[in-house]
Amino acid sequence: MNRRRPSWLSLIVGAAIVAAPALLLAASEPNAPWRLPEEASTYAGRIDGIFNLILWITGIVFFLVEITLLVFLFKYRAKAGGRATYTHGSNRLEVIWTIIPALILVFLAVVSQDSWAYIRNHFPSSGTVIDITAEQFAWNIRYPGPDGKLNTDDDIVTLNQLHFPVDKPALINLHSKDVIHSFFLPEFRIKQDAVPGMTTRVWVQAKHTGNWEIACAELCGLGHYRMKGYLTVDTPEGFQKWLAETAAENKTESK
Amino acid sequence: MSEAVAVAHGHGVHAAPTSFWRKYVFSLDHKVIGIQYMSYSLFMLVIGGLLAMLVRWQLAFPGRPLAFMGKIVPAGMPGGVMLPEFYNSLFTMHATIMIFFAIMPLLIGAFGNYVVPLQIGARDMAFPRLNMMSFWTAVPGAFLIIASFFVEGGAAQSGWTSYAPLSAIQPKGQTLWLLALLVLGISSLLTAVNFITTIINLRAPGMHFFRMPLTVWALFIDAILLLLALPVLSAAMIMLLFDRILHTTFFLPAGLIVSGAAWTNAGGGQPLLWQHLFWFFGHPEVYIMILPAMGIVSDVMAVFARKPIFGYRSMAYAMCGIAGLGWIVWGHHMFQSGMNPYLGTTFMISTMVIAVPSAIKTFNWLGTLWRGQIHFTTPMLNAIAFVAMFAIGGLSGIFMASTPVDIFIHDTYFIVGHIHYVLFGGSLFGAFAGLYFWFPKMFGRKMSETWGKVHFWLSLIFFNGVMFPMHILGMRGMQRRIYDYTQYSHLKGLQPLNIFMSFSAFALGVSQIVLIVNFFWSLKFGERVGNNPWRANTLEWQTTSPPPHENFAEIPIVYHGPYEYSVPGMAEDYLPQTQPASAPLSSH
Ligand code: HEM
Ligand SMILES: [Cu+2]
Ligand SMILES: [Cu+2]
Repeated sequence: MNRRRPSWLSLIVGAAIVAAPALLLAASEPNAPWRLPEEASTYAGRIDGIFNLILWITGIVFFLVEITLLVFLFKYRAKAGGRATYTHGSNRLEVIWTIIPALILVFLAVVSQDSWAYIRNHFPSSGTVIDITAEQFAWNIRYPGPDGKLNTDDDIVTLNQLHFPVDKPALINLHSKDVIHSFFLPEFRIKQDAVPGMTTRVWVQAKHTGNWEIACAELCGLGHYRMKGYLTVDTPEGFQKWLAETAAENKTESK
Repeated sequence: MSEAVAVAHGHGVHAAPTSFWRKYVFSLDHKVIGIQYMSYSLFMLVIGGLLAMLVRWQLAFPGRPLAFMGKIVPAGMPGGVMLPEFYNSLFTMHATIMIFFAIMPLLIGAFGNYVVPLQIGARDMAFPRLNMMSFWTAVPGAFLIIASFFVEGGAAQSGWTSYAPLSAIQPKGQTLWLLALLVLGISSLLTAVNFITTIINLRAPGMHFFRMPLTVWALFIDAILLLLALPVLSAAMIMLLFDRILHTTFFLPAGLIVSGAAWTNAGGGQPLLWQHLFWFFGHPEVYIMILPAMGIVSDVMAVFARKPIFGYRSMAYAMCGIAGLGWIVWGHHMFQSGMNPYLGTTFMISTMVIAVPSAIKTFNWLGTLWRGQIHFTTPMLNAIAFVAMFAIGGLSGIFMASTPVDIFIHDTYFIVGHIHYVLFGGSLFGAFAGLYFWFPKMFGRKMSETWGKVHFWLSLIFFNGVMFPMHILGMRGMQRRIYDYTQYSHLKGLQPLNIFMSFSAFALGVSQIVLIVNFFWSLKFGERVGNNPWRANTLEWQTTSPPPHENFAEIPIVYHGPYEYSVPGMAEDYLPQTQPASAPLSSH
């Protein structure tokens, strides 16, 4: 059997020990290209907070595991005439390394639950109500008209152009005509499937005005990759003005 | 049953066959069947890999033509430019082939069949005829799935998860996909029954459950998982077939409008039903693909660290725990699906809990290396890589388990990165470890260590080159299953990284040629190494290489557990299970 000393191993151990913290630091470098995208919604920060918390915890565990592994490989490589220690294990150690991960994971579940409930279970009581119906491969967007009700004759409709005002929740009802699509606003950290036969709901509140793209995140057929929409977050006045213009356009089109 | 009893009593089940057909084609011998499965799965692995290369070509250079492909598949790549629907077929078929036709038959069909009867000291599987049927049922499955590329409209295009209603309204290829997997399901079910019966009934005298090698444990639990999970998948697939062919509406709600026209057979169904049924199978399935690799790696590590497995019992219990919990976590695939958010919470908690047994196993592997005498053979290198890479896959899973974080990373490349750390970094490196480890047993010759190491290092480096950046793509919000990400302004900047990944993938693909050449070269010219070249304890090494018809000249008697290495006071640092210990063995 092979008893040569693997000197390449020390090289790798060294490289890993250098690369490891560099990677973690790089991940938290604010302007690095691999940072999470800009946080455009009010709750994006919560999600990123948990993401980074998990990144730190798993990152530390990862380096502890991998460095221990490499150190063991180096330290306990076979030596001529050497003999391994005869042991079947240690109950105490096993209990310790069962309980610690269990506690960390339960802690992560508890932390996550708080934000999950905030984002998914507690809907703001007022805001801009919007109906979005997905179809292969477009987003049909609908606002209540002057009567304040959806699905009436005076609804204001657009294709792939979503607008809502800044600093106010947008309450979005999602539907689908054909297959499952998924409404994805990466910078807003919101993703929700639109499922035929049912209505799913999301809410989102923008932190500032600007333009973004809506992506479809669920494979929905050959045009999945180009099922793109555009989001404009306006000032409240800008939004009202846009609604009025769109209503006027709708009228001329239906004439 | 009479066959099983006959074997248990140690009488021959079947006389050694003499005709070519009985010996090599319709063989009843588990060893031949194992090798048949191995050829089958390695062939499919190559096909699955080639499909991945095409996927990566498109992702590196969206829309750039590949002239020679224009000649081979003019319908999918006219003039060499890939069509989006063909792209969708490619990743669907890549994943389907890798999962069902490469990794499962390799780990379960090939290693399971070859190794289990030998490791428990049996003459064959309990039902040799059923075993032969399992293999010959899997063969038409492979034909069907490959044939589906050539039907009108091309192969299935709705991902390996085939979410309804998309999968209900797809072209013909989807029907063949369903049929292929149904056929394969039957084959796996037969295998599962055979494993369970064999392991329960045919253990050699003295081979108690807690004296079984962890590979046997893993395959035993695997078989139980298969037996319970597959019928659910098969039922879902039959329902989907009915929706497609008989116009039932299990998954089709009322009012579907497809391409502007009302879909004629729709009403009353539920798209989420498919997801529940699919993942009720699909989640255990990911463990089905990792458990055997965990078993193999444990066996390999003990041999090459010359140490008992650290915490052997808890390693077995952890696998049982994974299997048990595996049933109640399926909903973590559906956090963003429209499922009730309160359900999301329960699934999150169970998912976090299931990470614990995986952690236990990882620490126990480290414990096994601790104060060992580590020999860096090719099987050992692959086993070590398994632990290192599986750690990444396991840890990245925690991000998905957290419901709020999953909102962002669900259906992005982060998930694809995670899948590959588990399936390639985990299962496939485990399979490589097994291949180099048992090759001398199967063929009486060793594979070249030098070329084995070349293959290992190239695979490890390029694997990380392709798969690690997937996490970064996901963090930037790049969706998975996307034909042309440059359509999105926030993803345009990711092309250089994608090019780097694709070249790593091509290099990874080319590196596998080293394995293939080494395999065939060693079959003919490999070093002849005797019966127990690794000085291992388990029963398969206590017979000839390759083992004779019916495995053992005499059924062995087992005196102790499989991992008694470096027992103090003994001249040799290993103690075969067939050799009584001169002094009592410690259990701690
Ligand atoms: C040369 C090695 C491999 C490369 C370059 C590769 C590449 C890829 C790529 C690019 C995708 C993403 C397709 C997409 O979502 O658009 C993918 C998906 C996938 N691959 Fe691989 N892969 C490789 C090996 C494997 C192996 C060995 C397995 C399994 C044992 C596997 C299982 C999967 C699965 C399950 C998916 C998910 C497909 C889906 O999203 O439906 N891959 N692979
Ligand atoms: Cu879509
Ligand atoms: Cu889509």
